[in-house]
Amino acid sequence: MPKQAFRYEVSELLDSGAQLVEVLPREEYEEEHIAGAISIPLKAMDRKTTAGLDREAPVIVYCQDYL
Amino acid sequence: MGFPQVYDYPPGKADWSASGLSMEGTLADAPTIGDAARQDVPTCAPAEKVGTARERVREAGWDRSVVVSKEGVVLGLLREKELAADPEATAEEAMRNGPTTFRPDEPLEKMAKRMRERGASAILVTTPDGKLVGLLSREDAERLAAKTSKFW
Repeated sequence: MPKQAFRYEVSELLDSGAQLVEVLPREEYEEEHIAGAISIPLKAMDRKTTAGLDREAPVIVYCQDYL
Repeated sequence: MGFPQVYDYPPGKADWSASGLSMEGTLADAPTIGDAARQDVPTCAPAEKVGTARERVREAGWDRSVVVSKEGVVLGLLREKELAADPEATAEEAMRNGPTTFRPDEPLEKMAKRMRERGASAILVTTPDGKLVGLLSREDAERLAAKTSKFW
């Protein structure tokens, strides 16, 4: 189960080499995303689409907000 | 999928953007509803009398007041109809509960279009944790979106 990260923890994780993944549809990613994030839409998430991620480094996933 | 260290960031990009941190994308520099929301919208506490709130709202030239907690979290809205209620009632008793709110990073022009289509005269803008940022009127949204249409 993923751990919850607050904003300051996200910053710290990114500084230590974490990978940031936006899971919203591609169109929303293209309009605006957190700097440095990559797009893997939730509906398309599988072993193939996540193959490019480093399994040794932390992965942070996010969408729009709590709602 | 075999990732040992996975973190969820539930407040997401709305929180990141609202904090002024770096964003990328075709709309990253476009004006947002947070840029255009008026922060001088009158507010009142839940225990304040409607009569007192009404007086303050009218003196300030507004037609509504946002009911907020001590922490600034939006609890409800007093529109003209609610401001005309029993002046001895508290704001909490008279308010319209849980008004719809929007996050500050929503693109302004998209919102102006949405407000026009739905006939909304104004919307409330809050942070992802519900704190009031301001009120965006359709008039302001349309005027500012027209000025900045170079982004579209």
